Amino acid sequence: MRRLRAALTPYALIFPGGVWLAIFFVVPTVVMLSLSLQSGNVADGFVFTWNWQSYVDGLTNYHDQIIRSLVYGLAATLIQIVIGFPVAYWIAFKGGRHKSVYLFLLLLPFLVSFVLRTISWQFLLSDNGMLLGPLKDLGLLPHDFRVLATPYAVIGGLAYNFLPFMVLPMYVALERIDPRVLEAANDLYANKFQTFLRVVLPLSLPGVFAGVLMTFVPASSDYVNASVLGGTNTTMIGNVIQNQYLVTQDYPTASALSFTLMALLLVGIFAYAKALGTEDVLEVAAR
Amino acid sequence: MSNPSTPDPSFLRGLTQRRLGRRDAFRVAGFSAAGLALAACGVKGKGVARPTSSAEAQSEVEKYWAGKVKNGHIDFANWPLYMDPDHPELKKFTEQTGITVTYKEVIQETTSWFAKIQPQLAAGQSIDYDLMVVTNSIQLTQLIKLGYLVPLDHEKLPNFTKNVGERYKNESFDPGNVFTVPYASGMTGIAYNPKYIDTPPTSYAALWDPKYKGKVGMMSDSQEIANFGMFALGIDPEKSTPADWEKAAEKLRQQRDSGIVRKYYDQSYIDPLAKGDIWLCQAWSGDVFQKNLSDGTDLKFVIPDEGATIWTDNFMIPKTAANPVDAITLIDFFYEPAIAASMAEYINYVPPVPAAQEIIRADAAKATGEDKKTLEMIADSPLVFPSADVYAKLRTYRTLADATEQKKFEGIFQPITTS
Repeated sequence: MRRLRAALTPYALIFPGGVWLAIFFVVPTVVMLSLSLQSGNVADGFVFTWNWQSYVDGLTNYHDQIIRSLVYGLAATLIQIVIGFPVAYWIAFKGGRHKSVYLFLLLLPFLVSFVLRTISWQFLLSDNGMLLGPLKDLGLLPHDFRVLATPYAVIGGLAYNFLPFMVLPMYVALERIDPRVLEAANDLYANKFQTFLRVVLPLSLPGVFAGVLMTFVPASSDYVNASVLGGTNTTMIGNVIQNQYLVTQDYPTASALSFTLMALLLVGIFAYAKALGTEDVLEVAAR
Repeated sequence: MSNPSTPDPSFLRGLTQRRLGRRDAFRVAGFSAAGLALAACGVKGKGVARPTSSAEAQSEVEKYWAGKVKNGHIDFANWPLYMDPDHPELKKFTEQTGITVTYKEVIQETTSWFAKIQPQLAAGQSIDYDLMVVTNSIQLTQLIKLGYLVPLDHEKLPNFTKNVGERYKNESFDPGNVFTVPYASGMTGIAYNPKYIDTPPTSYAALWDPKYKGKVGMMSDSQEIANFGMFALGIDPEKSTPADWEKAAEKLRQQRDSGIVRKYYDQSYIDPLAKGDIWLCQAWSGDVFQKNLSDGTDLKFVIPDEGATIWTDNFMIPKTAANPVDAITLIDFFYEPAIAASMAEYINYVPPVPAAQEIIRADAAKATGEDKKTLEMIADSPLVFPSADVYAKLRTYRTLADATEQKKFEGIFQPITTS
């Protein structure tokens, strides 16, 4: 009896999460996969026909936007590493007893809606707004200079919005480093720079990896930043998918594009894991 | 007994065909189950034919309205900023009829509203609203085609018959007002900020002028940009052909690729225009008027010489409405001239009741100070009460007949804004 109970325990524990995953991930994914292979329109209905044409159409018409999304996502991720690493490092090693306060401050922007925060950048960066207006009046910037409606604004918005997701995992990895390891490096005559390069950095890499996962994926599929901060020729694949669903109501193409994006991201992540030498992607992501 | 010289057929089959093992059987079953699951996700279409004769339309009306009674309540879905926040008109209605109204500003965009209600209507379920306001558009045509709207009983609409202007009684998207009646109309033209532009634009050519590079705003809606592209080429959008669409798309692509367009906007164009991020843009007449009244800006709106489009937001009752009799009573109430005037005074869009103009004039004569000035401005505004020559320049949208035509149209214009 006890043995039976022991055997069932793992299943019982996984049950709530499993049901959650089945209802909110597996079912929608199957429905979407099915939709992507259907043909028809809203008025006459959609019929399942193994219609692979949607994938072909999606890729031929929107490959620019797919590539652009991956490039923007990558650029934003790199910016986040550059900005986020020092922040995480500082909180982990110099934060002292106020660490939790700093972490709270880092998460504070999340108390305001994502869309609202992005829209507030529209005000800050407006052509004659509080930032660019005075600079233009002083003659430091040409009068037709603008930040909004450029790719830089979109990438900046992406980097800004997902930054905490990059900092937190890096912080966790850095925080875990045993101080005695650093002392050992010191005892072995490593200077501060060498200690950082050969001890701290390698030990923090799993954190960076998790951070990249948590930011690159949502950043590449985001559509809010491009629609609020972007202009012409800055449309990301998320905007196209949203448009195909809600405006054109071409559900098959929208679903096909979603799957294409998902496949590309998965391939990218596994390639990245392989290159970084991280044995088990899931294990790292779970930390 | 099998003949020893001829081998056992099952043995032959085993040699030439792979035997199905238990695992394989499972696998096949799994695949076909997956296939069935995928196929089961098909979305049913619900297209219905529009009644072809008036007699047929009449019988549809009778069939629907037979036995329907007043319930004393209405749930009304409308757009933001489309009624005085105190709802004086609705209060008056409740006073007169005893019917209570729950008014919600839940419609932000025709497309997303359609996407939201379509699955419920397709399943024959209530969308929780008895009355809604939708712009003439691809989606409205679909609502009609899919049979999601109640055929209106004109005997229950005496004010509509008596007071509504003739041009609203024969709109190309719903001739004879079988399913829809007008709420308010507006024009799509060019708005500009006189702080940055000295010579008022009079033609669509201004939106293609390289000197406004990066300072021109266009709309993201396919129909709106298509209309502008066609007007710029001297094509009447209402009667346009697919060949015209291609030409217009080329013109719009050229405008985008030379960097003149800053961005394709939804209704959010008005703030950037006021702030100076864009200097001139595609705009809806009432937005400009309201922005000036509420924020003290001095934005201008012009109807270009080549003409412009007039669109109409329409009342309609979804087929699954719980209180259709109450809803149609409220619709008719809005066509009392005094109510139409009171609405126009707040929303500043074109009321479908021409008699409202005289009432607003009379209100202005009674009012004093700032109110008097505002009311006079509204009564005399060509944007709220277009004159005969303005009406002569106005065109309606091209009604896209079916899904194939719609797909073609979207396929041509959508890639321009989602570049």
